[in-house]
Amino acid sequence: MRLGVVRFPGSNCDQDVVWVLETILGQDVAVLWHEAEDLNHMDAVILPGGFSYGDYLRCGAIARGSPVMKALSDFAQRGNPLLGICNGFQILLEAGLLPGVLRQNACRRFLCKDVFVRVERTDTPFTLACREGQVLRIPIAHGEGNFLHHPSELASILKNNQVVFRYCTEDGRVVPEANPNGSLEYIAGLCNTGGNILGMMPHPERCSEAILGGNDGLLIWRSLITWLSIQRKALSNKLEVCS
Amino acid sequence: MLVITETQWRSLGLLEPEYREIISRQGREPSPTELAMYSVEWSEHCGYSRSRSAIKSLPRQGRYPVLVGQDAGGIVWDDLAILFKVESHNHPSQVQPRHGAATGVGGIIRDILANGARPIALLDSLRFGTDPDSYRILQGVVDGIQFYGNCVGVPTVGGETCFHPGYNGNCLVNVMCIGLAPRDKLATARAVPGHSVMYLGSRTGRDGIGGCSVLASQDLGEADKRPSVQIGDPFAGKCLIEATLEAIATGHILAVKDMGAAGLTCTTSEMSAEGNCGMALSLDTVPLREHPMAPYEIMMSESQERMLAVVRKGKEQLISEIFHKWGLEAEVMGITTERPVLEISHKGSIVAELSPENLTSPPMRDLPTGPPKPRLLPDIVNLMHPSPSEALLRLLGSPNLCGKHWIYEQYDHMVQVNTVVRPGEGDAAVLRIKGTQKAIAATFDGNSRYTLLDPHRGGVLAVAEAARIVEDLKTRLKQVDSIDDVQVFLDVNPD
Repeated sequence: MRLGVVRFPGSNCDQDVVWVLETILGQDVAVLWHEAEDLNHMDAVILPGGFSYGDYLRCGAIARGSPVMKALSDFAQRGNPLLGICNGFQILLEAGLLPGVLRQNACRRFLCKDVFVRVERTDTPFTLACREGQVLRIPIAHGEGNFLHHPSELASILKNNQVVFRYCTEDGRVVPEANPNGSLEYIAGLCNTGGNILGMMPHPERCSEAILGGNDGLLIWRSLITWLSIQRKALSNKLEVCS
Repeated sequence: MLVITETQWRSLGLLEPEYREIISRQGREPSPTELAMYSVEWSEHCGYSRSRSAIKSLPRQGRYPVLVGQDAGGIVWDDLAILFKVESHNHPSQVQPRHGAATGVGGIIRDILANGARPIALLDSLRFGTDPDSYRILQGVVDGIQFYGNCVGVPTVGGETCFHPGYNGNCLVNVMCIGLAPRDKLATARAVPGHSVMYLGSRTGRDGIGGCSVLASQDLGEADKRPSVQIGDPFAGKCLIEATLEAIATGHILAVKDMGAAGLTCTTSEMSAEGNCGMALSLDTVPLREHPMAPYEIMMSESQERMLAVVRKGKEQLISEIFHKWGLEAEVMGITTERPVLEISHKGSIVAELSPENLTSPPMRDLPTGPPKPRLLPDIVNLMHPSPSEALLRLLGSPNLCGKHWIYEQYDHMVQVNTVVRPGEGDAAVLRIKGTQKAIAATFDGNSRYTLLDPHRGGVLAVAEAARIVEDLKTRLKQVDSIDDVQVFLDVNPD
């Protein structure tokens, strides 16, 4: 199983994701430079957080034009898992791979702190190890995490059950005081209609070791690894049957 | 032949004895470019001409082997080098809070980077006044630190923010950076003759010209000093970190130094003086942001995110490719020479020819000494005696005692996933070192009042407070299973 982590000029959290996947979880990880056009047999790809291109123009606006994004679009079309964290989420939105926009936080400040999110869907490659309604404690660190979309598009997102994480209180209540940035519908994470592309503002790689304050983030990585194992097993069963 | 006038050398911040000294050492009048180079390199900010003798008296021995003398100091812990440095950016922050603070962060990061260490943490010690203008400056400074620190990907993990009317019109912005490198992979700033000198990083413009001599070294007057404040680009700063570390890892960077105060003047002269050699350079190769620029402007420019390196002959292309990959400039400016002379040419003429040794050894200025200003004593004698409830209300209303989460939540204090104890969780930050059982505790402390009244005691108390905080943390952390051993390091900035 090979996990790819994309690196743009300005990405900051790529090495953090690599550390967790490679050293903490013992996975085979490759760093993909943003100019890569060939995803080289990746099974899943992560777009990490940071400030790609310094957030010039708009967050993710320049990165979305990198050569690797075309390959990622095809990769995701084929149903492979693609995860965008923070700036990665912003890049997925700019690239049109996920719906909506992320504006400046309502408080007009960068915010770095732990938040709680409620898991709304457990049938994605990233949340299958979670329980529905489970509350996770994951840190955020962003200045532009305020999700917005046109009302009719939002209605479609809700109808298709695309919201994966919502900001909530420690006991799971989705209420205004739990919303750190003013996101519409308290959206902290959202997927495409196919359920294989997830964008999330909180940083699971920052809470994957107890020593750093918590390890709820491990649920997301373990979900992905499990999902990929299941896919691989199903594929090899299929091949066995055919031969 | 251009005659230098007194107005010219005075406006550059030089004193008469210094100007006479220049002529005496050179055996002739300096050229305009040479004069500009002396004025910036001999400024207090660069040459520490007034405080060097005092600083030299501080202790240099400790429990761990010590690294001293490069752009940052540090200690050796087994096979790891832990580097740290503090720098102030007070006047630029007073003049242009956001950019002054931002470039303070950028500059200190580069000092650590120039040693071949990856910057892993930032801390800041801030002092503001209590008048309305100070509030504006506070907001600008915090904004500048978050603007640069967050984008450049180095966590701001601790520090302190204090308020006192004494800082009205004169804020203090001190930034500390900590870096890590394998002990045997540290870079040096010592030039070696017979190789190529390369300019690396962002283009050169007019920003910050004379910043260190005009701003940092003198008192603020009424005139608009804004053009002297440098403009930082944290995206370029981040790319510079990655490109520089990648280049150093090739083994072909024989010497490297960052261009901060006094830009090219500082790097060319100090690297040559360190290596007891010289350089023959052409300013025609310097990538410029503005055209045209005079040679003295190019030498004085404090444009940010630039490094100067001595690259092994024949490997210039390899190094260029690394920097171009990261979107940065890389140009060969010239060569290092055996002859210890800095020979700088521009459009076919030699505009400066001087000894690096002369340039980097400013004459010492004595610090005036004397008893504390008498006006302090009446303040102490007339102590107020409020009632307990009045005192409580005053304390509760003091910005010095209030929660500072408004500030530190604007700083990404978790990037690089090393932060074990975060701002607000203790009096010091704790960073684990990946792949080892080691961790670092860091704090940045000072007490302005005590130091003003009795500088010596104030300095002693500052060190003691920092040590106490970190010792306390050590005791508390020993109770945590996952950390076996916590060693304590101190970096303190007495006001």
